[in-house]
Amino acid sequence: MTCEYNLYDPSWCPGCGNYMIRKALKQALEELEIPPHMAVIVTGIGQAAKMPHYIGANGFNGLHGRALPPAIGIKLSNKELTVIAESGDGDTYGEGGNHFIHTIRRNVNIAHFVHDNQIYGLTKGQGSPTTAMGQVTTLQFDGVKVEPVKPLALSLTMGAGFVARGFSGDIPQLVELMKEAIQYKGYAHLDIFQPCVVWNKVNTFQWYKDRVYKLPDDYDYTDFNAAYEKSLEFGDKIPTGILYKVEKEIYEDRFQFIKEGPPLVDAVLNPMDAEKLMKDFY
Amino acid sequence: MDYTILIGGAAGQGIETVVLLLEKTIKRSGYHVFTYKNYMSMVRGGHNFMQVRFSDKPVTTYSTKVDMIFAMTAETVDFHMGNLKEGGLVVLDEEYHRDRDFMHLPLQKIAKEIGNQKVVPTIGFGAIGKYFGLDPEVAMDTLEEAFKDKVLQLNIEAFKKGYELTQTEIELEKKRDDKIIINGNQALALGAIAAGVKYYCGYPMTPSTSVMSYISAKSKEMGIVVDQIEDEVGALNMALGASYAGTRAMTGSSGGGFSLMTEALSLSGILEQPVVVVNAQRPGPATGLSTRTEQADLRFVIHAGHGEFPKMVIALRNPEDAFYQTARAFNLAEKYQIPVIIMTEEYLTDYMMTMNPFDFSKVEIVRNVEANYEGTSERYKRYEYTETGVSPRILPGKKEGVEVLVDSHEHNEYGNIDESIETRNSMMKKRMQKLEGLKKELMEPDQIGAENPEILLVGFGATHGALLDAVTRLNDDGLSVGALVYGDIWPFPTDMINKLGRDAKKIITVEQNMTGQLESLILEKTRLEISHRILKYDGRAINGDEIISNLKSILEG
Ligand SMILES: Cc1ncc(C[n+]2csc(CCOP(=O)(O)OP(=O)(O)O)c2C)c(N)n1
Ligand code: SF4
Ligand SMILES: [Mg+2]
Repeated sequence: MTCEYNLYDPSWCPGCGNYMIRKALKQALEELEIPPHMAVIVTGIGQAAKMPHYIGANGFNGLHGRALPPAIGIKLSNKELTVIAESGDGDTYGEGGNHFIHTIRRNVNIAHFVHDNQIYGLTKGQGSPTTAMGQVTTLQFDGVKVEPVKPLALSLTMGAGFVARGFSGDIPQLVELMKEAIQYKGYAHLDIFQPCVVWNKVNTFQWYKDRVYKLPDDYDYTDFNAAYEKSLEFGDKIPTGILYKVEKEIYEDRFQFIKEGPPLVDAVLNPMDAEKLMKDFY
Repeated sequence: MDYTILIGGAAGQGIETVVLLLEKTIKRSGYHVFTYKNYMSMVRGGHNFMQVRFSDKPVTTYSTKVDMIFAMTAETVDFHMGNLKEGGLVVLDEEYHRDRDFMHLPLQKIAKEIGNQKVVPTIGFGAIGKYFGLDPEVAMDTLEEAFKDKVLQLNIEAFKKGYELTQTEIELEKKRDDKIIINGNQALALGAIAAGVKYYCGYPMTPSTSVMSYISAKSKEMGIVVDQIEDEVGALNMALGASYAGTRAMTGSSGGGFSLMTEALSLSGILEQPVVVVNAQRPGPATGLSTRTEQADLRFVIHAGHGEFPKMVIALRNPEDAFYQTARAFNLAEKYQIPVIIMTEEYLTDYMMTMNPFDFSKVEIVRNVEANYEGTSERYKRYEYTETGVSPRILPGKKEGVEVLVDSHEHNEYGNIDESIETRNSMMKKRMQKLEGLKKELMEPDQIGAENPEILLVGFGATHGALLDAVTRLNDDGLSVGALVYGDIWPFPTDMINKLGRDAKKIITVEQNMTGQLESLILEKTRLEISHRILKYDGRAINGDEIISNLKSILEG
């Protein structure tokens, strides 16, 4: 089977890291031989969240902050679909922070790619939950006054079974990380550094390039404490790769009829099946 | 015959148990039963009461005056003495000796002998049962259902002891029983399950929670995902995801949670993603009166969601309506690819009423999903322009080479972001065009009483039972009174009210809100002037008696 993901014209700025992420996504899906009609990209609102428009898969482009809840609804309804939630740092860690926390607890079998440009791109440069303390933005004129979120430490401590970081400047690595995340059975959190060339003049391509390093081959990603330490490393050096990966029971499997039955969406609906429930009311 | 027993006490004392045993046993003896529940928002302490009304004719409302007060606290007597009919009886534990006209029973003393204070309600049930000559065998069946093992043995003993305490004063002759007894939320949940709901996600909020817990109890048996979500925002967004994948999905809350859902409601409008949402009303603003009733969300619900998009709102009138209308809501949602909101009210979610069993064979399933759609272009157009405004819907993953794109921005036929003037205008018209089809589906309000009444009462939702009772009694007294009670309320059906309203001498609205929200809707859509209004917003349900007394004072000017 050929898995040709047709692309449509994006409206991202030239030089935006989103182009590279899109390229990696297309390549990952093609290499995994997931046909376009079996993949769903679910997003919120933002620059990153426009992804469903620019790739030939199924797409659900919903509300700002709300990519994860529909992704779960889709996966539980049709377990045969490959479901990828994809959104910006503001979308995911800000507006959608509550869903992020509880999606990790659920551990539904979906992949989650966060385009982390440490800024609000679409709305023109306000601080995001991952913008550094003190950084001057188009809204925080004398600098951001709140501590940034530590996304990987957050997902780790919430119990995520797959936690990783990529960089849009390293496509081969990003493709591998995306493939791992998609194939991982459970919720997979992949935070991707993505330069915003227009609104974030601090965290530039070069800024990331100077700092990221790949976790060494002998790094043990099943070691929670090691992963936790790596998740907090955010200075002159920032690790990329799979920080943590362990097997966990997935949410779907806790519903016997989903685990063992056909996809929920294939259920034949017959009102007479429910008639027996009336006996409790006599 | 028509009797009402009021059972009152502190929360946690077990008045629910007395009521459950009574309503089932009386129903199974062949009578019509109506139980009105009145809770405070407390798990322990506070005064709660319930009224079990029964008759050999159908009962659709509770009665202001009661024949018996079964008081589990002395306070109950103080609260309700004014409601006792002349010649009515007060039954009270001998511990709280009050008045020599009362019937004092050694309930707690017997419970002590049995060795368990929790059996007090069952002793009371025995005493009341004997008083009304209920068949002990029927009562025993009910006990066996309500309790198990050791607890059952204790309760049987308690029932027998209670049964010996009183004499039979009123003989309820045992008759054939083929009815069910059910409340509005159970019926709503049953309607949803009959319609094939496969995904219910929500966040607990009284008085909507019992819909979710009923479906949850049947989750395994019926293969339904029931999921408690982090918040109501997540709940509706998740239901929309499930709907996109193709399952019949539903969520529900009360006003507070429904408020949080409004952004996603608007999303379902532009995604054209069918979904059913329940708003079980309680009095606001904000937390308001969490266990009481109101109809003050009408205006909010019909306009809920930013921007303009078609939606349907159905107000449930009684449990039977709850069953059939909920099942129908799923069809309308999918046929027109719109959100359908079911409005209910705390009163209706809780009261128990006897009625004919639901006919599941009458429930139809219309999905409007195209499994074999060939399409008119190379790429699937989720939002293809059509005459009806409804585009052919394919489910993702169900057809090779077909990818389904839904989008919350204004979009073109493919679902891609498009801000052009032409697309915007065409897409607005396309979506709103669906209202034309929907209008043809509307059910006119239920007409009660005189064919061409001089006095026309108009209400919606759960006041149906009270209006039915009031109008029937007023007609029996020779007054030319009729009523229209709305179920389908948005889009607003106007044929019937235009017809009856033009000839009526007086149009009087009956609403459980302060500002007359239905009245304003009637005025807006028909230009009919309402002459008087009966409005109640104290959080307690209106009954037939109150409608009659209010109407009489209006007529007396
Ligand atoms: C409820 C709501 N609030 C605010 C917005 C405005 N808004 C759209 S995207 C966005 C932030 C985008 O930042 P991010 O998620 O980091 O995505 P990026 O554009 O950087 O990829 C905001 C504030 C919105 N669309 N909806
Ligand atoms: S504003 Fe930033 S994030 Fe948005 S497209 Fe341009 S470069 Fe990319
Ligand atoms: Mg961003």
